[in-house]
Amino acid sequence: MHDGPILQVENLRIEIPTRHRTLVAVDDVSFELARGEVLGVVGESGAGKSLTGAAIIGLLRPPGRIAGGRIWIDGKRVDNLSQAEMRKVRGRIAGAIFQDPMTSLNPLFTVGQQLVETIRTHLDMSRAEARARALSLLAEVGIPAPEQRLDQYPHQFSGGMRQRVVIALALCANPKLIIADEPTTALDVSIQAQIIALLKRLCHEHGTAVVLVTHDMGVIAETADRVAVMYTGRIAELGPVAEVVRAPRHPYTAGLMASIPAIGETRDRLYQIDGSMPRLTNIPQGCPFNPRCPAVFDRCRRERPETVDLGGHRVACWKHGEQEA
Amino acid sequence: MTAPLIDLAGLSRHFALSSGLNTRFRKGGAKVVRAVDSVDIEIARGETFGLVGESGCGKSTVARLAVGLMRPTEGAVRFDRVDLASAGRRDLAALRRRIQMVFQDPYSSMNARWRIREIIAEPLRTLNLCSSPAEMDRRIDELLTLVGLSPADKRKYPHEFSGGQRQRISIARALSTNPEFLVCDEPTSALDVSVQSQILNLMKDLQAEFDLTFLFISHNLAVISHMADRVGVMYLGRIVEQAPAQRLFSAPRHPYTKLLLETVPDLNRIGYTRKPMSGEVPNPINPPSGCPFHPRCAFANDRCKQERPSIRADGQGTLVACHGVQEGRI
Amino acid sequence: MTDQGLSRWAAFWNSDILYEFRRSPLAIVGFVVAGSLILSALLAPILAPYDPYDASGIDLMNGLIPPFWSDGGNMTFPLGTDNQGRDVFSGILYGLRLSLTISVSAVLLSALVGTALGLVAAWVGGWFDSAIMRLADIQLSFPAILIALLVDGVARNVLPQEQHASLAMPIVILAIAISGWVQYARTVRSIAMVEKGKDYVEAARLIGVNPVTIAMRHILPNATGSIFVLGTVHLAIAILTEATLSFLGLGMPPTEPSIGTLIRIGNDFLFSGEWWITILPGVTLALLVLSVNLLGDWLRDALNPQLR
Repeated sequence: MHDGPILQVENLRIEIPTRHRTLVAVDDVSFELARGEVLGVVGESGAGKSLTGAAIIGLLRPPGRIAGGRIWIDGKRVDNLSQAEMRKVRGRIAGAIFQDPMTSLNPLFTVGQQLVETIRTHLDMSRAEARARALSLLAEVGIPAPEQRLDQYPHQFSGGMRQRVVIALALCANPKLIIADEPTTALDVSIQAQIIALLKRLCHEHGTAVVLVTHDMGVIAETADRVAVMYTGRIAELGPVAEVVRAPRHPYTAGLMASIPAIGETRDRLYQIDGSMPRLTNIPQGCPFNPRCPAVFDRCRRERPETVDLGGHRVACWKHGEQEA
Repeated sequence: MTAPLIDLAGLSRHFALSSGLNTRFRKGGAKVVRAVDSVDIEIARGETFGLVGESGCGKSTVARLAVGLMRPTEGAVRFDRVDLASAGRRDLAALRRRIQMVFQDPYSSMNARWRIREIIAEPLRTLNLCSSPAEMDRRIDELLTLVGLSPADKRKYPHEFSGGQRQRISIARALSTNPEFLVCDEPTSALDVSVQSQILNLMKDLQAEFDLTFLFISHNLAVISHMADRVGVMYLGRIVEQAPAQRLFSAPRHPYTKLLLETVPDLNRIGYTRKPMSGEVPNPINPPSGCPFHPRCAFANDRCKQERPSIRADGQGTLVACHGVQEGRI
Repeated sequence: MTDQGLSRWAAFWNSDILYEFRRSPLAIVGFVVAGSLILSALLAPILAPYDPYDASGIDLMNGLIPPFWSDGGNMTFPLGTDNQGRDVFSGILYGLRLSLTISVSAVLLSALVGTALGLVAAWVGGWFDSAIMRLADIQLSFPAILIALLVDGVARNVLPQEQHASLAMPIVILAIAISGWVQYARTVRSIAMVEKGKDYVEAARLIGVNPVTIAMRHILPNATGSIFVLGTVHLAIAILTEATLSFLGLGMPPTEPSIGTLIRIGNDFLFSGEWWITILPGVTLALLVLSVNLLGDWLRDALNPQLR
């Protein structure tokens, strides 16, 4: 048993080779996750948040590859493991939940068969014991009438119920870490709230740590302990959720927060960050946010900002770097 | 009161579950889904009416009915007092120019094989709105500038643009005919938040500049709250509550609206654990009897299970379809 | 202008499809073999030393001469002669020309009919769609060659005897075309159904663009890639079908021999030792079909983004 953080990511770099050039999709990403902690990872599409999640759990889809950095799960280095070894880590120590529940479920087997199979792969249990555990897992994730549901096929479940089954699958071996990639995006608002509440309760009860990848700041605000804001494959800002939401330090985060409409507010216009996130093929020199930044100055155009730690709140912005230097 | 610009009166649209030869030979005909069921909406000139609801509630079908892409099974769509269904060929051509639509998916809403120039020129050409190629070129440049793009962009293909820029092109195409009424079906749902605010701001600017009337459809309550003057909440094909935006969001009456507002994740409530709405949206193929919301409603009684509530004014500016509210229980 | 032409050429050279091509040796082999066979068929009147249709040039005395590498062979008839003294090499070139003309025409006709039916079925829907698709299902439950035989047989019985020779080619083309339209119709229909539901088609309908324009300008261009792939694969099948029909004596007459007819004529001499009369056209046919198939397979993979 290892006492340190459940997850450590150090200088992670993910490259996607294409015909013309190699794109750097994730660059110099570092963070740690304490046991039982929920880390939200937000960013626009293409910011590298899903790739980071996939790399941690060894599900990076080729041609994407880890080109640098190291990852430890529960003290064990995992970025250099073979597929077979990684499969053991997945499930026993770490579980995954994706946006589309059907990617995790096999349509040809009943939910019960899939749960029993997964449980018996990771835990030393008889078929009957595994079935009993499957039953209690389904009940735990809030599926009504689990005895009948156990013998049904995935297509007989609604979207929200399917996502619950996927959560049950991820929980089979009592993992210490769950990577949840947009787990609620495909669901309706009313169902979304159910799933978020379920995830929160489970983390709380089992002390499971969660990396929650989503584009929805509202979900993050209510669920996460800390937030990492990603932009063009790098972490722009990482800090406690209340600080990042209420007092963002990076101009990008500040703009992002101000551009989100809220119910009942009376603003006539929303704040807008002009332009859009650059594609990976033409990330500007210096700070990748500099062409859109309202507080840009000379240094931002020349040099890439280093990450500055402001007491547990990290920011990659020269505005803060200057003060230190 | 002046007549509304757009009047959806008792609008219903039913879909047969299967079509083709199979159903012809089956006894009793096909099963029918009531995607939209007796919806009444009036929108005044220059107003924004927001329609909100979860997926499958029929809001996109209302959008397609309102622009005439679909014909209603019952009821009528009247634009400037002309019924779309009974309009003659010439009237219809004139109406088409005045009604436009912005679609949800900026990727499928334009032909990937066409240049931007062709995409924006299609309505101009089809409706004969430009007298010469030179005038058409000028108009396209003007439209691109209007939505915050550059005239040089007309030579590019859609894949060279980001989602937000594509949505701008989509708006330019919709504006090309100088419409009065714009139906926006989830125009920002596929966009990232920072881009969403750009598009919402642009739409508000354009509305002010051209005195546009909007039917704005979204599942995002915050976006609706930001954009709309009046709001309708849809559930299983019916409007369950309709009120001025401010009133709806500050004093919701229908239990569904209340629960919907309660479940929206909110930036200002850090670490807040909300009470999620139980149950799921019922399958529209087999809708519940009585009030369609009763299986999920905490206030449902026997009457709710049997009798479908009709929508009535509550005397304070809200229309609500709920026995509980009408009886004074809620 | 030349500058633009150059950059367009550069863009084509750098395009994904050509990149894929350059990296696929089988496709290159297929292209070279099929290309040279098609080219020599086109240039048959120039390349061929004799005109096989010209009866006056034939001398029975030259019958059954073996190819030049065998004993008794000479370079006057490089691939030997048949029993009537016709040059096998010239026969193959002209036969290739005839076979290709028939199969290409059949493929074009088939693609045209199938595409049109598929588009209309997808657009109109309802009973028309059901009728076309059921017809397609029925036809698919018979082998294509059987359909071609049926069409051929019916045509021959309906037409007067004296017109058989002059109408042989159109009949064969029609027979092959009818046996192949189903694939096009099904593929185009499914593509059209997908495109039809997309927002850009709705946008076009909204402003009142007429359905024919939508089908031609919006939907059809999305199907061209698939039609092209089908066409290439179908071409190989059409060549074989034509050869089979001719081999069975139902295709081209001996006076205008296609590759299949040549094989049939030569078949009688196979066991008396004059193997070249049938084997050489047979090898040519096999090479042609194989190379076209290689091209078709590669094209299908290259144009299918899911396989990449």
